[in-house]
Amino acid sequence: MRTTFVKTLLALAKKDPSIWLLTGDLGFTVLEEFRDGLPDQYLNAGVAEQNMVGVAAGLAMTGKTVFVYSIVPFATFRCFEHIRNDVCYHELPVCIVGVGGGYSYGHMGSTHHALEDIAALRSLPNMTVVCPGDPLEVEGAVKSIVELRRPCYLRLGKAGEPKLHDPAKFSFTLGKSIEMLSGNSVTLIATSNMLETALNAANLLKEKKLQPRLLSMHTVKPIDRDALFKAADETPLIVTVEEHIPTGGLGSAVAEALAGHTRRPPQLICSAPDRFADTTGSQKFFRSKAGLTPDVIAGKIVSALSNL
Amino acid sequence: MAAPVTKVPASALDLRDLSKEIRRDTFQMAHHAKSGHLGPAFSIVDLLTVLYFRFLRIDPENPKQPDRDRFILSKGHGCSSLYVTLAKRGFFPEEELKTFTLDSSRLPGHPSSKLLPGIEASTGSLGHGLNLGAGIALAGKRGKCDYRTVVIVSDGECDEGSTWEAVLAAGNWKLGNLICIVDYNKIQSFGRTKDVMDLEPFADKWRAFKWHVQEVNGHNHDEILKALEVTKKEPDRPSVIIAHTIKGKGVSFMEDTVDWHYWTPTDEHLKQALSELK
Repeated sequence: MRTTFVKTLLALAKKDPSIWLLTGDLGFTVLEEFRDGLPDQYLNAGVAEQNMVGVAAGLAMTGKTVFVYSIVPFATFRCFEHIRNDVCYHELPVCIVGVGGGYSYGHMGSTHHALEDIAALRSLPNMTVVCPGDPLEVEGAVKSIVELRRPCYLRLGKAGEPKLHDPAKFSFTLGKSIEMLSGNSVTLIATSNMLETALNAANLLKEKKLQPRLLSMHTVKPIDRDALFKAADETPLIVTVEEHIPTGGLGSAVAEALAGHTRRPPQLICSAPDRFADTTGSQKFFRSKAGLTPDVIAGKIVSALSNL
Repeated sequence: MAAPVTKVPASALDLRDLSKEIRRDTFQMAHHAKSGHLGPAFSIVDLLTVLYFRFLRIDPENPKQPDRDRFILSKGHGCSSLYVTLAKRGFFPEEELKTFTLDSSRLPGHPSSKLLPGIEASTGSLGHGLNLGAGIALAGKRGKCDYRTVVIVSDGECDEGSTWEAVLAAGNWKLGNLICIVDYNKIQSFGRTKDVMDLEPFADKWRAFKWHVQEVNGHNHDEILKALEVTKKEPDRPSVIIAHTIKGKGVSFMEDTVDWHYWTPTDEHLKQALSELK
């Protein structure tokens, strides 16, 4: 995802000199092409994220569109008040780009895990929260964010995620989910790097003769209420899948949106637990521990449907 | 292309009178609003007077002109005297000063660029203004624009790590178009700086971070203006002017006290202050 991000941004920035990229001293083997190709639109702001976000806001006050790049916790929690006051309050075109969503930096430890970011960033007024699920969604998101010229948070995975959409049929609109599978047995809603897992879970359900609907909810704020209401009206169970704590993430956003809807089917929240890692492990290890695997998710859905 | 300088009103020609008038109006405004933060508003009045009536290249008729000089009051809690200064400079009607902190007013207790023309950045949380200023200055430097960015920070604000992140960055980026003025009144929110978090050796710190350093009496208009002009001869490094000031300057009972960071003036206070500011 991060490679697609920088490739897309570089192409846009070559045409538009007002697009800048700031990094908090990270991006080895990722940002070099941008750094060397567009030095006047690039800045390594050092390991000083509060200043980096303030500087980004200052640049944006002069008309620049600024992307600020770091690993999720450093790009978000470390400088949260600067994002709140400098970027969101002033409604500036600054996009906070966090790499390493969820357990992407698994074995690096809890300091590098990103499990509370959607909740935190979603709480800010004027903020758009975009969590693409595959490289095609990343490309669409970056193009849309440049056009939007508003505060954004872009949550990326790491590297090597597969393309999950058919490029020939793909189109991307901020705030509008993508229906990847149509069906009325159950609605699965996935965000960020859980899209592949949710797709595989849905395929397991199809093997069991169910017709799952799958929505890629790449924009968590503003959330696609129309698609959610339609799913609530047409399917008996809503399942949200996210590599994030259950508080304040996709599951919460969906529940909030549906709270005022007349018909409210039960919702199954598949998420990471609300706790720091108690051991060392890979992303695959932590996903497995949290039950964020296709077979466990499919099993929970079958069980939930049988209890309706 | 240089931005046109609006003709300064004749009444503004005597800076000492003007500073006194700004202090008088600020006191009355705070009394009317039953609002505090008078001490930190009074220590910067002479700085604001020189900036807005002698130095900043601004046009109140076109407050968003791209080539304008930018001013950020990073110590947003001192904004009452900035409001008065902006009104006197023609950014909005002086009549509106009466609405300070009232419901639906454009003049909250910390300034908002979303509400009032002439406010470049919304501040209130300390340790933000110099970072924003560094970004604006960086854009100007790379874009070869000739505007300057001036940021007033408080001494208490120099406890914030984010302030020093900006100081380190601006020195490294050689932002010769960035001027920081420290309102060094030596009293922060809840005590004297030397007791709470001593900043000394203060000037040496800035020098070590690659800044051009000047120290002035922050209530002497000639010294302030001279120091501001000197910064123009330093194109390759940012400038700091450490302005030695007195909290509550100009009203005897407010001067150099911690209390007047907070207290709201009574009718008695108003009477005495106005008699001293004649």
